Amino acid sequence: MKTLITAVLTLASVHAFALTVDEIVEKANQAAYYAGNDGQADVKMVITDAGGGERIRELRILRLNTGAGTQKFYVYFKAPADVRNQVFMVWKEVEQGKDDSRWLFLPALNLVKPIAPGDKRTSFVGSDFVYEDVSGRALWEDTHELISETDTQYLIKNTPKNPGAVDFSEYTVTIDKQTFLPVKAEYLDKNGKLFRRVEAVKSETVQGRPTVTESRVDDLVRGGHTVNFFSNIRYDIGLNEQLFTERFLRRPPREATK
Amino acid sequence: MSSIRPIGLICLIVSAVAIAADVDLSGFVDSRYGLRTQNDPNKGDKTLEELRLQLSSIWYQDLFTATVRSDFLYDGVAHHHDRVDLESGEGPVDLREANVQFTPVDWADVKVGRQILTWGTGDLLFINDLFPKDWKSFFSGRDEEYLKAPSDALFTSFFPSFASIDLAYTPSLDADRFIDGERFSYWDGTGLTGRDLKTDQPDHWFSHDEFAARIYRTVSTVELAAYGYSGYWKTPQGFDPVSQRNTFPELSVYGTSARGALAGGIARFEGGYYDSRGDRAGTDPFIPDSQIRLLAGYEHEIIKDLTGSAQYYLENTPDAGDNRHVITLRLTQMLMNQNLMLGLFTYWSPDDRDGYLRPKVSYKITDNWKAEVNGNFFFGEDRHTFFGQFADDSNVACAMRYSF
Repeated sequence: MKTLITAVLTLASVHAFALTVDEIVEKANQAAYYAGNDGQADVKMVITDAGGGERIRELRILRLNTGAGTQKFYVYFKAPADVRNQVFMVWKEVEQGKDDSRWLFLPALNLVKPIAPGDKRTSFVGSDFVYEDVSGRALWEDTHELISETDTQYLIKNTPKNPGAVDFSEYTVTIDKQTFLPVKAEYLDKNGKLFRRVEAVKSETVQGRPTVTESRVDDLVRGGHTVNFFSNIRYDIGLNEQLFTERFLRRPPREATK
Repeated sequence: MSSIRPIGLICLIVSAVAIAADVDLSGFVDSRYGLRTQNDPNKGDKTLEELRLQLSSIWYQDLFTATVRSDFLYDGVAHHHDRVDLESGEGPVDLREANVQFTPVDWADVKVGRQILTWGTGDLLFINDLFPKDWKSFFSGRDEEYLKAPSDALFTSFFPSFASIDLAYTPSLDADRFIDGERFSYWDGTGLTGRDLKTDQPDHWFSHDEFAARIYRTVSTVELAAYGYSGYWKTPQGFDPVSQRNTFPELSVYGTSARGALAGGIARFEGGYYDSRGDRAGTDPFIPDSQIRLLAGYEHEIIKDLTGSAQYYLENTPDAGDNRHVITLRLTQMLMNQNLMLGLFTYWSPDDRDGYLRPKVSYKITDNWKAEVNGNFFFGEDRHTFFGQFADDSNVACAMRYSF
């Protein structure tokens, strides 16, 4: 009898703790893109082309979660000099059929310019990262499959529902079981050949939240790579939603400039 | 080239002050050379020959933010390049910004001093934006940021819950930096000329002033705005037969705009009524008639890294029974990790049969160095139309810029 009870309890607990693939990708998405109610980080982006030439971008990102998966981003450029003090703002949508809204503020013209939604697989500021790497890819856009798991990691295969809209045929993501941070993503082209790899090189716990502090993307076809170094990371700083409006594009707030 | 030395000295002083005050200092050195692509009997071959240093500094304080941005230049084409004229921007100094911004209460911002002001939805077309433009810079292939000339103004913004409101007060008319025969020849009413245009510009502080207002808010995802302006025509479109000088007649403008996402792109609409207060009856041949101006535009990414946009623009002059239609197209292609940019902007008017092509290629050699070649090609069947008069002014320019 005792054995039976133990067996039932064990089964029950196994069932209770085995996450479905949807739960895993949801938790990973939360860990990677939604930590805290809001957050800030300074990013130093080192873009290295195949010939070894380096270009550097420095920016401050402010992020606010605005409910139901939507978010607002305020990106303030500090370098290089020709884009200094420019601001890029995104109101991210996740619902099917809704496009993100994006604006650019050009200080020399005092011009707030809306940007046509465009391809999210386009390079972010000339780096090997694409817009989707920065703000996240909506979960409904792919079907997810748990390929394998070890004691420490899940391996998830993601297949786009609309393959014509993207530059890959599928990608696999390795997720850390402890932190739920995605640690590696590998993209296969239309012929099934690996062409792009994104990795979390370093991560730390910041205010109790697992956080990537260095990430790297490799363009395996052209040979270039980009490394992002994150610093000054803070969560729950109490950002006001007002900050993500035209007023503060024209007048960058202290949260962006300090 | 004797003006290079003072530039160096000014640079040194400003840098020293900036370092001492621990403020953020940035800028660029830009050298630019432009040539006509055809002979102009009224002008020489050069349209640009300049070396420009821009220094920019922003001082963030708890109570205010102070901004100073100024250009120091050697200009081999300007007529008066030895004399500082902050109004026209001619001469060795072009002060772009010198202002203080502060937030007296939570729901208002104030910016006072020299500043660049911009609003409205048009792409290189302006209806309700009556802040000064610099057409000389625009037509000669300077960087696009120079299309906007500075205003000396008090700019106040209010943010009540129902909308945002901007009020701009300019105590003394800031006219456009218009084509006046300095760099380009133009149609003077009887023929093409390269002579200096003689004008009478209203310049009495607090009586020859300008007032501009905008109220805007976003409804769903559409940004709606209404505008008002009271001041003067920004280019000398009037004429005083007694003094034989061109004048800036009185003007009020009332308008509205809407801009929002549509079918994966951005759609915009703007309209304005130009109330030419000096000649409401439309009978005075020396004062421009009132007009209705409209534009509609759409921008969309055509394929990855290639964006296209088109605009339709109408200038309707009811008293003259006259319409001028203009169609603009813009294509922007980004290549090589967005370091190489190929751009084309075109204006074309089917009824005036004139137009203007602006091709541009720029390449960011490194984070600091950028090379650029651009063209400004004007054409027209008649020489008295807006773009047709500049057909002899078509030019190509090349530039090298170091940003720091």
